[in-house]
Amino acid sequence: MKSSLVVHGRALSALSTLVVLCGLGCTGAQAQTPIRIGEINSYKAQAAFLDPYRKGMDLALEEVNAAGGVGGRRLEVITRDDGASPGDAVRAAEELLARENVQMLAGGFLSHIGLALGDFARQKKVFFLASEPLTDKLVWENGNRYTFRLRPSTYMQVSMIVPEAARLKKKRWAIVYPNYEYGQSAAATFKTLLKQAQPDVEFVAEQATPLGKVEAGAVVQALSDSHPDAIFNVLFGADLARLVREGTTRELFKDRPVVSLLTGEPEYLDPLRDEAPAGWIVTGYPWYAIDTPAHKAFVTAYQKKFGDYPRLGSIVGYSTIKAIAAGVRAAGSTDTEKLITAFRGLSFDTPFGRAEFRRLDHQSTMGAFVGRTAVEGGRGVMKDFTYLDGARFQPSDEAVRRMRPADAQQ
Amino acid sequence: MTLASLLVQLLGGLAGASTLFLTSAGLSLIFGVTRVVNFAHGSLFMVGVYTAWTAGQWLRPILPGSAGGFWLAVLLSTVVVAALGALLEVLILRRIYRAPELFQLLATFAVALVLRDGCLWLWGPEDLLGPRVPGLTGAIPVLGMPFPRYDAALIAIGPLVLGLLHLVLTRTRFGILVRAATQDREMVSALGVAESRLFTSVFAIGAGLAGLAGALQLPREPANLGLDLPAISDAFVVVVVGGLGSLPGAFLAALLISLVKAACIALGTVELGGFSFAFPRLTLVAEFLVMAIVLVMRPYGLMGRAAAAPRSLATTLPAENAAGAPGRWPWGLLVVGLILLPWLAAGSPYTTVVLVDVFCFSLFAMSLFFIMGPGGMHSFGHAAYFGLGAYGAAIVLKASGWPMLWALLLGPLGGFAGALIFGWFSVRLSGVYLAMLTLAFSQIVWSIIYQWDDLTGGSNGLTGLWPAPWLSAQVPGATANAAYYLLTLICVAIAVLVLRRVLDAPFGLALRAGRDSPQRAESIGINVHAVQWAAFCVAGTAAGLAGVLYAFSKGSISPDLVHVGRSIDGLVMVLLGGVEALAGPLIGAAAFTLLQDTAGRSFDYWRAATGVVMLLIVLVFPQGLAGLFRMRRRPSTT
Amino acid sequence: MTGQATHSTLSRTVLLSVRGLAKSFGGVQAVRGVDFEVGAGELLALIGPNGAGKSTCFNMINGQIRPDQGSIRLGNPDHSKELVGLTPRKVWRLGVGRTFQIAAVFGSMSVIENVQMALLSHARELHEFWRPARAQHRAQALELLDAVGLADQATLPVATLAYGQVKAVELAVALANQPRLLLMDEPTAGMAPAERVALMALTRRLVTERGTSVLFTEHSMDVVFAFADRVVVLARGEVIAQGSVTAVRQDPRVREAYFGSGRLT
Repeated sequence: MKSSLVVHGRALSALSTLVVLCGLGCTGAQAQTPIRIGEINSYKAQAAFLDPYRKGMDLALEEVNAAGGVGGRRLEVITRDDGASPGDAVRAAEELLARENVQMLAGGFLSHIGLALGDFARQKKVFFLASEPLTDKLVWENGNRYTFRLRPSTYMQVSMIVPEAARLKKKRWAIVYPNYEYGQSAAATFKTLLKQAQPDVEFVAEQATPLGKVEAGAVVQALSDSHPDAIFNVLFGADLARLVREGTTRELFKDRPVVSLLTGEPEYLDPLRDEAPAGWIVTGYPWYAIDTPAHKAFVTAYQKKFGDYPRLGSIVGYSTIKAIAAGVRAAGSTDTEKLITAFRGLSFDTPFGRAEFRRLDHQSTMGAFVGRTAVEGGRGVMKDFTYLDGARFQPSDEAVRRMRPADAQQ
Repeated sequence: MTLASLLVQLLGGLAGASTLFLTSAGLSLIFGVTRVVNFAHGSLFMVGVYTAWTAGQWLRPILPGSAGGFWLAVLLSTVVVAALGALLEVLILRRIYRAPELFQLLATFAVALVLRDGCLWLWGPEDLLGPRVPGLTGAIPVLGMPFPRYDAALIAIGPLVLGLLHLVLTRTRFGILVRAATQDREMVSALGVAESRLFTSVFAIGAGLAGLAGALQLPREPANLGLDLPAISDAFVVVVVGGLGSLPGAFLAALLISLVKAACIALGTVELGGFSFAFPRLTLVAEFLVMAIVLVMRPYGLMGRAAAAPRSLATTLPAENAAGAPGRWPWGLLVVGLILLPWLAAGSPYTTVVLVDVFCFSLFAMSLFFIMGPGGMHSFGHAAYFGLGAYGAAIVLKASGWPMLWALLLGPLGGFAGALIFGWFSVRLSGVYLAMLTLAFSQIVWSIIYQWDDLTGGSNGLTGLWPAPWLSAQVPGATANAAYYLLTLICVAIAVLVLRRVLDAPFGLALRAGRDSPQRAESIGINVHAVQWAAFCVAGTAAGLAGVLYAFSKGSISPDLVHVGRSIDGLVMVLLGGVEALAGPLIGAAAFTLLQDTAGRSFDYWRAATGVVMLLIVLVFPQGLAGLFRMRRRPSTT
Repeated sequence: MTGQATHSTLSRTVLLSVRGLAKSFGGVQAVRGVDFEVGAGELLALIGPNGAGKSTCFNMINGQIRPDQGSIRLGNPDHSKELVGLTPRKVWRLGVGRTFQIAAVFGSMSVIENVQMALLSHARELHEFWRPARAQHRAQALELLDAVGLADQATLPVATLAYGQVKAVELAVALANQPRLLLMDEPTAGMAPAERVALMALTRRLVTERGTSVLFTEHSMDVVFAFADRVVVLARGEVIAQGSVTAVRQDPRVREAYFGSGRLT
């Protein structure tokens, strides 16, 4: 419908009338046609994170559409499971574009899939909002005009936690991380930033463990042997549970502060129940104790709809839809170029507060909570936390410009 | 690191060995007696962990704070998983024992898919951490270091189970039957033993051992949905390194692997002459490195014997079929139709998108069939060549800046190079040992690609591998990817034709000769190893080409191209199509790709749906899908 | 030595000469110091009770087992070739064909393809990747099949043949490279008496036509006495007698060896 109008407009051959016509076309002829978003994720492979994520999306969709949609058009999300394979993700993206006529893409949990979809978006000139993948490369080395990212990146999360680590004034650090890009870059960033903050720091042990298969006993023993003053952990999920159990039994954490990435997220903290570690400095999401009005409203609505409490995934899913709604509203269209223009510097609401997509690298400034873990009522919680705005935890603009390809900055 | 801490590390290795042994003992028993490669064994292990968790939840209010509750839960989940195993045997496997060897792998693969989604449905997505065992919660000091009590208990349990199994196998009538069947299956049926009862009970016991191993893991790690694949791969490695059918061998292998891992972790990062090496990173592939070394040195594992190698997969490839006589023109018609398709299907552009995948996997499956069917060599690591081709092309493109066509031409050489090296070692082995050595090589390739950031992009992979502009340009009146679709179609059609032609040529005949009777082949001057090696190289190059075509259709590659999952997919395609006909791999690849694509869109629990459909296919067409076509066309041939 | 007399009377040229052959498996001496010769064009039977070392001898000549000691030379004494240390394929290339106790053929192929395979190998065309194999050496293969009486079954899958016919296929395969020497391990094992005679008569005719020598092991004394030119008797890894059929038949040591093991058929 739209393309035929465009052709028509060209026949009339006046550029100004074309724009007007197109605008008219959008509001007039397409008042009922929904805005279709193709969403691709590893739903079954990463169900613990993505189940709540999908619920968050559903909630946001319901809210947006109940309020009349965007510019009078309903928002529709068509989801696809990529089976944790980038090749299948790209095929799903093709299918969504070709068969479902989606106007933009969103999703991605695993970093390599996020990168594959980002590159696909660049090749096909489609707008892509990467909701969750953490890899820094997505907006820096491999960044492109078409790809935006919502969740705070590995770099941002690490740089949020480093000041806390530096405040401990511990000299000897041991690091344990999953042996893939996320773990490696988290460890590398941690080392660089901590060294800047505290030049006399020493890294006495590094354990890179296979993802999902950590030999926790041996790793804990090896970490103990290096007699660190403090530990930086990047393990999550089942690996984290193994580490915590072995570490507690073998007294690794006794009198030793631990700084741990993502551990405060309910997805990873809750399964530990009463064995959740106490006193760790973590990034995460204390949904039970955030009392901003925006967040309270979100939790109430979420619990009412699903009878369950939100996880971080819920926030990401919810905010993805909210960001897209805001972006399409600002663009006044689903045209890719207009979306890009609109999303650059776009300010949107999340349950955490307002955030925006940086013009510089398309990274959103949505932040994270940093606090200390404690055990209360038989489960792990975050205490003494603060919300850190992602805008403050970025490298210098100059450094970002150097990393980001030139054509991504046009 | 002190000597004391090294000793404690090795002690920890013993605990790990117990777990490994328990997981693999059941697999070894099942394979020994029934010759079924039970791919669902890891899933049974996972079900064991979950069941123990649930049983623990039930029992805790009844037996609060007592260790008895835990052990009762362990017993319960052992029994439940044993019953599940028996059920699988009776409902599914019993019906397909007469199907070609390894066909049962397909069924158990489908079961694994169903069980994984079943666990998700039953227990939800969140990890479930079980309670610690009352009485075994803390640590005991060993050489001044805390050592978990539970690990100490595990160290005892492994040998205890080994001893018990040994007693059962040597002192009972059942055990003697099991051992006899392990050595000679035909003999047992000849003796008039109720074969089916023996098989069912062995399956139950094997599954029960997996359940036991899983239940005993609960105090060490949470029940989670990622447990099945690592468990099955560990179990396979242990069984093969130990030598098929040898329980003491499995124990020894478990010990070796656990100790090597513990040592790698204990060594940490070592500086040697300005060169630093992080040993813990090796734990990513430690077991496969051990397996590769052991198999190269000892072709039948540590304690295995030649007798345990299974007979070849396809001993009855019909001569006429291999000669390619029937149905030349329908194939020609199909290709012509496919060439016209971008214009015919202009209204549904996704058709040509999904068909590009189908073509790539057809060639991949065909190349695997090449060595599996006529070659009689079951490669479990065929993704290595697929991935090496893709990475070869990517590196040519990125490093040299040469045009994409050069990458297309040179990329397959990556697959060739891999096959040249791995094939040389692999053809010296046979049966499951050969299969597992190829798997070991592919996992080693995977781990190198996964960790070599500078060259391969590490776990993130490489992006920006798009076809040259003229191949992405819009063809008038055709679907969007028509140009690349046609390139893929032509490349794949030519490659498949070449493979067929090679199979009809003297070389193909010699390959079949080496499979049918290596002894006869050698005694008429055929260098069987050389022929098989060359076949590996041909297949590796073809798989490499498939990988290159796949890479350019996706624009990006990552280590998952090389991962064991893709090798298994290839196997599934070949088996699904049927190993006895040349069209088999093509039909299998198309069926599997389209099935996954459709199931992924149509069902929430799409893996289970895929599994169920595959089970139906397995039960209805035990000769593979191509068998159906052949039966239709020539009802007289068997 | 009983065999000494006949040995000296052997007027034909020597084709294969086995000297001091010995092999032990894990401390058990399977073959110890075996000497014998096969003359050109001769049918020599290697007999003995079970475990006498016949198969071991065979497999050493064929190259499947490497002897501990001794030499196996092929060809007339002036320019003979040492076989010890060669693989079965190299031994075959020197003109030594063989058949197996349990007929070994290529089960997935047609009858003619089995023979073509051997012809292709003989012509060193195994690494030919392009021209279809089915058209190659077809006439020659048919000729061989005709010689063994299987011309009509040429295109049948070999798996559908009766066992006796499979044995004949094996014979055709073994003759494909025009061997100077044919090793036949229990050629008539598992066959009905009538089939045995037919197969051995066929063999005799073919090798005589082609001037091929035959060394065969055999359990059936009927076959041995009817078809062998000469007999070598092994017991417990040693040659206890050799000579003409008549001589060996009357040798008391042979009788003892056989009655001792409870069989003389």
